[in-house]
This record gives sequence, C-alpha cells and structure tokens, in this order.
Amino acid sequence: MKVEATATGKNVHPLLKVENLVKRYTKRSLAGTPEELLALDSVSFTISPGTTLAVVGESGSGKSTLANCLACLESPTSGNIWFEGKDIVKLEERACRQVRRQIQLIFQDPASSLNPRWSAFEVLVEPLILQRKFNREEIKKRVNYWLGRVGLSQDIVGRSPMELSGGQRQRLAIARALTLEPKLLILDEALSALDCSVQAQIANLLMELQGSLGMTYLFITHDLAMAAHFADEIAVMDRGRIVEQGPPNKIFIQPEQETTRRLLAAVPRIGRGDQSALER
Amino acid sequence: MRYLVRRLGHAFFLLAGASVLAFLFTALAPGTYFDEMRLNPQIAPETVAALRAQYGVDKPLPLRYASWLNSVLHGDMGFSFAYNGPVAPLLVVRARNTLLLTITSTLFAWAIALPLGVWSAERLGRLSDRLLSWGTAVLLVIPDLALALGLLIVAVRSGSFPTGGMASVDFETLSPANKLRDLALHMILPVTALVLSTLPLLVRHVRASVADVLDAPFLLAALGHGIPKRTLLYRYALPAAANPLISLFGFSIGVLLSGSLLIEVVMSWPGLGPLLLEAILARDLYVVIGGMLFSTFFLVGGNLFADMLLYWADPRIRAESNAR
Amino acid sequence: MILPQHELEDGRKQVQRMTAILEIHDLHVSYRSSGSELSPALKGVSFRLMPGEIMGVLGESGSGKSTLAGSLVRLLPGNALVTGGTVQFEGKDLLQANPDELQAIRGRHISLIFQEPSLALHPTIRVGEQVRQVLAAHGSRGKRTLNERTRQIFAEIFPEETDRISRSYPHQLSGGQRQRVLIAQAIACGPSVVVADEPTASLDPTTQMEILGVFRRLRERLGLAMIFITHNPALLSDFADHVLVLYAGEVAECGPAESVLGLPRHPYTKALFQSTPAVSGKPGTGRKAKLPVILGDSSRSSLPIRGCCFEPRCTERMEICKEREPSPANLSVSHTVSCFKYES
Ligand SMILES: Nc1ncnc2c1ncn2[C@@H]1O[C@H](COP(=O)(O)OP(=O)(O)OP(=O)(O)O)[C@@H](O)[C@H]1O
Ligand SMILES: Nc1ncnc2c1ncn2[C@@H]1O[C@H](COP(=O)(O)OP(=O)(O)OP(=O)(O)O)[C@@H](O)[C@H]1O
Ligand SMILES: [Mg+2]
Ligand SMILES: [Mg+2]
Repeated sequence: MKVEATATGKNVHPLLKVENLVKRYTKRSLAGTPEELLALDSVSFTISPGTTLAVVGESGSGKSTLANCLACLESPTSGNIWFEGKDIVKLEERACRQVRRQIQLIFQDPASSLNPRWSAFEVLVEPLILQRKFNREEIKKRVNYWLGRVGLSQDIVGRSPMELSGGQRQRLAIARALTLEPKLLILDEALSALDCSVQAQIANLLMELQGSLGMTYLFITHDLAMAAHFADEIAVMDRGRIVEQGPPNKIFIQPEQETTRRLLAAVPRIGRGDQSALER
Repeated sequence: MRYLVRRLGHAFFLLAGASVLAFLFTALAPGTYFDEMRLNPQIAPETVAALRAQYGVDKPLPLRYASWLNSVLHGDMGFSFAYNGPVAPLLVVRARNTLLLTITSTLFAWAIALPLGVWSAERLGRLSDRLLSWGTAVLLVIPDLALALGLLIVAVRSGSFPTGGMASVDFETLSPANKLRDLALHMILPVTALVLSTLPLLVRHVRASVADVLDAPFLLAALGHGIPKRTLLYRYALPAAANPLISLFGFSIGVLLSGSLLIEVVMSWPGLGPLLLEAILARDLYVVIGGMLFSTFFLVGGNLFADMLLYWADPRIRAESNAR
Repeated sequence: MILPQHELEDGRKQVQRMTAILEIHDLHVSYRSSGSELSPALKGVSFRLMPGEIMGVLGESGSGKSTLAGSLVRLLPGNALVTGGTVQFEGKDLLQANPDELQAIRGRHISLIFQEPSLALHPTIRVGEQVRQVLAAHGSRGKRTLNERTRQIFAEIFPEETDRISRSYPHQLSGGQRQRVLIAQAIACGPSVVVADEPTASLDPTTQMEILGVFRRLRERLGLAMIFITHNPALLSDFADHVLVLYAGEVAECGPAESVLGLPRHPYTKALFQSTPAVSGKPGTGRKAKLPVILGDSSRSSLPIRGCCFEPRCTERMEICKEREPSPANLSVSHTVSCFKYES
C-alpha cells in the first residue's frame, strides 16, 4: 500500500483508508418510483494509527451511516474501506467478524446496543469471555478496572442497563468497547450524554489510552470544543460529503466552507449572545 | 422482495420433501389395497394380478414416484382404488370442507384470544388475570377428544343444534339464505370444539408477549403524551408484540388443521379427516399420499401467510431484506 | 362588558403570572433495587416554575435529573417509588391525581421530552403517525385538521425534507432527527409546560439553535414554561431564566441564569464549569492536555453518611461540612446555595 503523508507530518501506513464510499438508501413503495437518499456521497479519508479524526456536521449529514459502514454493520453501496491493508467491504462473514473485534463502535444511542436482559456486569464480561484469554479472576479484575476508569461505581454492576441513568448507560457502552482494546474505536456521540466533568474524565482516559496503547479514534461529535481539544484532524460533513478537512487550528480559524462557519457561529458560550464570534 | 421469494422457494422445497416422505412412509407400511382383494374368494387371483400390474403397484419406488409426479402435473394426483377414479377431485371437495372449518375456527380463536390476552396482560398479577390463567390452564390439559365428546353430549342433550354432518337432509331444497343458516348451524359444534382446544394456547401467548412490551420505554413515552389507554393497548402495545404472535398465527393454523382432522372424524364432518382415515384403513395408497400432501400444503401455506404478514407488519424486516 | 377572547386570555395569563404554574415541594424519589432495598435518587427537591419561565437544570450524570423530569408527570419506571413531597400543577397535586386526570394533563398541559429518542419512539409506527396520535389523543378534531396540524408541526421542526421524515420509521432516521421527532410530539398540543430531558444532546450547534428558536417562539406565543435539562451550561446562558444545579439528588444551587453561570457559588458548580474545553483557535493552547475533572464519584457507596454530600470531593471543604448537612442559604431573593460558606 502507498505510504501516506498525514496531518501530523509523519509518514506512516494509514490504519484506515476510505475511498469513495457511497451509501444509498432506497425506499421501494408499491406505488410510484423508488425514492433514493444519498447518505454518503463518495467519502474518502485516511486515519493513521495513534491519531484521532473528529467528524462534525449537521444532523442527518451521514456521520452515523459512515460509522456503521466502517464497523461492518451496514454494507456500502460502493467504495472501499481498507483496514490495515485489507479491504473489509469485500470480506465474507467469518473474516469480517475477526476484523470487527479490532474496530469497535460506540453507538449514538447506547440503549439499543445493550441487552436489557443482562446485568451491567454481564454486559462487560461477555466480550472478555468470548476472547477466551482470561480466567475468572482476571475477568473480574478487568471489569472492575474499566468500571472505575469510566467513573462507574460497583453499585451498578447488578443492575440491568435499563436501570441506569442515560449517562451511566453511555459509560457502560464505552467501558464495554474499551475492554476489547480495539485498534480503531469509533465514538458516535459517545460523550453527548455526559456532564462536563465526566466528559473531561473520559476524554482524558481516551487520550491516555492513545498514548499507552496507540489506539486510533474516529470521534463523531457535535461538540466543536471537544473536537478541537481532542482531535488531530477534523472533517466537516454536509449532506453525505466531507466538505472540509484539516487540523483544528485551520478549520476553526479559517473555515472555508459555509457549513463550518454556520456550525462555529452557533456554538453557545457563557456570557455571550449566541451570535458571538469564535474567539474567546 | 428477496425475502418473499426466498420464503416461496422454501415452501416449495418443503412440499416436495413432504411428498417424498409421504411416499416412503406409505411404501414402508405393510400391505396394499389388493391384499384384501386377494382374500376375497369372489375375485379371481388373475384379476388381482392384472389390477396390480395395471396400477403399477409392483414397480420399484422411484418409478412409481415419477409416474405419480406425472399424474400430479396432469392434475390427477394418482388413482384411488376404492373410489375408482383420480384422487384430485375427491380431495378438493373434502379439502374445501376442511378449510372452511379451519379458517373459520382460526378467525374465531384469534378474535377471542387477542382481546382476552391483552385484557389479561393489562391486569397482570391481579385476581381477574389469575382466574383467567387458571381457566386456560384447565382447558389446556383437557384432551381435544374429550372436549369434542363432551360438546357432543351437551349438544345431544340440548338438541338445539345438529350434532353431525355438514348439511341437513333437505339442504338442496332450501333458499340460499337458509342454506347459509343451515351450514352455520352445522358448523357451530366443530368450530366450538376447535376454538376451545386452541384458545388457551393463544391467550397465554398473547398475554405473555403483550405483558413483555407493556413496560417498554416507548409505551411509557406514549403514556407520557396522554395517549388513551385503548389506543395504547391496541395501537401501540399489540403491534409491538406482534412478531412472535404472527409466527404463532402460522403455527396455530397447523394446530387447528390437525385438530380439525380429528374433530371431523368425531363429528362426521365430510372433510379430509374421515377420508384419510378411511383410506388408511383400506390402504388406498394415493388417497393417503394426496391427503397428507394437502394437509402439508395448508400448513406451509399458513406459515407462508404468516411470513408475509410479518414482512408487511415490521418495517425493520422489510429493510433488512431489501438491503441484502 | 364582554371582552374579546384574546383579552380574556391575556387577563388570565396576567393572573397566572402571579402564581407558579408548577411547584415542586420536598420531592423524594427512590428506586427499589433487586434486594428490595431503596436507593434514593431525589432527596428533597423543591422549586417553583413560573408561567413562561425557562428553568435550566444542570447536574452530574446520575444526579437524578431524569428522575425529576419523570416524576413531574408521574412517569417513572416500575421500580421507582415517590416517597414524599408534592408536585402542584395549577394548584392540583399531580402525585395524587387519578389516571384519567393524568391522561388529560400529560401531553396537553405538561409534556415530557425523553432523554433517549431511540427508546421513546415506537419502532413500527411511522413518526408522522406518532405525532398525529398525540394530537388525536387530546381533542377529537376531524381527520383533515389532524393531518394538516401534523404537517405544520413537522414543517416547523424540519424545514427541509418535511415529508420524507414524517413518512419514515424511527430506524430510518438519524439520531438528531429522532430527537427532533420527540420535540415535535412534545409541542404538538401547545402545552403550558415542557419538561425537556437533554432535548438537544444529539443535535449539532446549528440545528440546536434552530430548535431553541422554536422553543423561544412558543414561549412568546403561548407563554410556554420549560424545565430544560442539559449538560451544556453554555447553552443556558441566553436561553434560561433560572438555573438549578442538582448534585446527588439534592439542589446544590438555584438562581438566576446570569448569576449562576456568570458567578457560580457552590463548589460543585464551580468545578463543573472548569471541565469544559474552550473552542479556541489559538495554536497550541493546551491541546491534548488533561482537562480538569472533579475527582471521585457520587455513587451511593461513596456518599458520606453524615454531612454535606459533596464534601468528599470538595476542594473548599471545612470542618463543619463533615458534621451536618448545609441548608439552602439565600444569596438574593431567588438565588440559593446549599453550602456552609454562604450560611450566615
Ligand atoms: N435505514 C435508513 N433508511 C433510510 N434513510 C436512512 C436510514 N438511515 C439513515 N437514513 C438517512 O440518512 C441520513 C444520514 O443519517 P445519519 O444517521 O448518518 O446522520 P448523522 O450524521 O449521524 O446525524 P445525527 O447527527 O443526527 O446523528 C439521514 O437523513 C437519515 O434520515
Ligand atoms: N430504573 C432504575 N432502577 C434503579 N436505579 C435507577 C433507575 N433509573 C435510574 N436509577 C438510578 O438513579 C439515579 C438517578 O438517575 P437519573 O436517570 O435520574 O440520572 P440523571 O441525572 O438523569 O443522569 P444522566 O445525566 O446520566 O441521564 C442514578 O444513580 C441511577 O443509577
Ligand atoms: Mg448520528
Ligand atoms: Mg438522565
């Protein structure tokens, strides 16, 4: 594979390379012509290992669709996704499952990805048991470790995910994804249900893991401040296309696109009118 | 669409498989129609031998199967020794009567089970719900046969409606409206027996699946918007609980069909049941095979119908099958 | 003299302005966990909401915000138990109301926007129909008017793609679109109070502004009052009139938005605001630096048995904090803080 130059300036093989990804939803109805919706319109980007790409954009611009395609949950209409040099679009079921362990997705709505009939403990233990690498003691230790890291207490392990608060549920989903220590972690609005302090705690944790394990993140968010703080590069999506991509400094100081400007202008700030400018 | 095509293919293979199995089983069963004939001193052994040759009873199984398939394609489905004619027309009349019984009782059973199950799920754990659970449990353990006989006794004692057959003796002379009334009267007993035999199963399932969704968060949300109770139960809870119930619907058709074969015999309803019994006793080979095949056909048809219903009812299944 | 309708309405609003539309007094809610023991989620919350007022609610994850929202319309999960307090809506205690009264109030007078849109929408009913059902539940208008009104609401919330979205099933929508459908349901009948549980959490800043605009217009037009739960303090700064900060089921601070957001007094509020990163374009401003966090957690096992519940994590703790619980101290008429530093 070609060696790519990335924003960080180093020459490394990209961990993930997406080429001309297209996802089209067609709705067939009995009467009339099928309706089409282009959720992803030839999206291309690369992420090098150990870096973070933040994806921002208006609601409905195709961010979650992109995440689902990358996590093999939805098959793209056309285009390629190279993960560690393998095109995962063309992989068949078995090989796909292998790759899927390396790519973890934290869903935008954690509730739908957590089995309500399990306890929080079972939710966390299941991926560890599937790995068959650990004995009982180790599993327990790991579960407790990750619970602590995301700021959940032991009190909740016996409860079903539905008996947690929204933010606790979200953190359970994060902990579950982290127990697998994937190479690529896709966070679809994973911090949106958390208060500022817990958000900061998780962001710190993620950055620490990036330092120690070299994890790579695709960070989908509406929080531009967090994106700027957290990401090496930011991609702005609009109606299924990536309209602008670059390091946070560039995107936030000299936005080229109208979408980006609109997003930036709408960020609320304490003590300012909502029309206030970017600088603080 | 793929989903439906796949389901149809599935159904076809099931039918083909059933026909092979039916053939094998009847071939394994001891004796043929002509064995009885041979014992009859009035029929010359030569005649029997000639008949055997004519109907190809002595040919190897695959050959017989092939020629039977051929006759299916011609719309005959083999030859009945006892009735001395093609099987298909014989079966069609009987199957129609069976279907009449099965469909009517399916509709009645579900029309009663749905509201009863929802009513009971809504009162989960209260006295009325517990009473109903008891009732269904008792009904569940009574064998169909005992149920049918019990009903017959009641009917004979009361004498207010017919206890057997499908039509009164003067049926042909009645006006169309009266014909319908006569038919309905004759159906009361078998349909009641069938409905009572499946009702407990259905009510319990409806109750369980509705109770399962009743504390779903989206119902809580609907409650929060002030959606009235009736709408909440029938427009929100029931559709959400529908998937397992629709599958059960397909299954219930099968249960009712096999129940119907038994009840028909007990209540002398001129359906497939008595014909099959007769044919088995007489070893009227192709009638047995045809009868089995017809029943399988209804079963598969019922399940196919349920699958289609599922496809229509759940947009998520539709989306999944369109994506593939 | 007979007043025209709108003047009558105006007059009524004037009267209402004097009295609170929603008054919560000493609300206690607990959850029954598996071992049948009760774990408290709300421990004596009191506040009043005036007609047309927007009350922002901030608080840590798990501090009881959603529990508060649910108990205002008595919509709590099966294992929740209201152990005390009153919720007065226009003078009637909702906690004592019977199911029929509640059904008439919910959605029509008080409506709730659930925190998680994917949970709150029926999976096999088109979202347009789900909004229509809310309208149909409160008033038997004709089919035509119902459909017309549904369309209007969708057009207001989704200026683009109105029809496609109203004809979609929930799973065919993006997270933000689903969230906006919940908002459409909540405002459909023109309620006087909307309890919104993080209604803009999955909306981008642009759309978020549009939705806040919708709420503002409703407030001007119908005098809508709101309880607006959020994790984004900045959002409240020119939207909310008052801000309530919850910590571990208790009110830590409550006061006018400018003073709570501009000059937070309670140590928890102060610490909370420090954790947000700023959108800064300045190169190298501490990117990848650690964000300040509040150490420790507020789970039941780590709460102190006695004293102030924030004490173990507080950076400004004093001796007295360990001994007894602070009572709300009035800084001004409407600004109260539960901290000994401000107790006189
Ligand atoms: N299964 C589906 N069928 C049809 N359309 C869909 C489907 N899933 C998503 N869409 C449409 O595709 C578009 C992109 O959706 P997507 O979920 O990717 O948006 P998003 O960027 O994640 O938005 P948000 O920020 O609101 O979560 C939306 O307009 C949505 O309505
Ligand atoms: N059904 C339940 N059963 C038991 N405990 C519950 C249940 N729901 C919530 N809790 C607990 O009650 C406390 C308050 O929950 P609540 O949902 O009100 O928090 P929240 O403030 O909305 O948090 P978030 O910001 O994370 O949504 C939490 O500690 C939570 O774990
Ligand atoms: Mg999304
Ligand atoms: Mg909540």
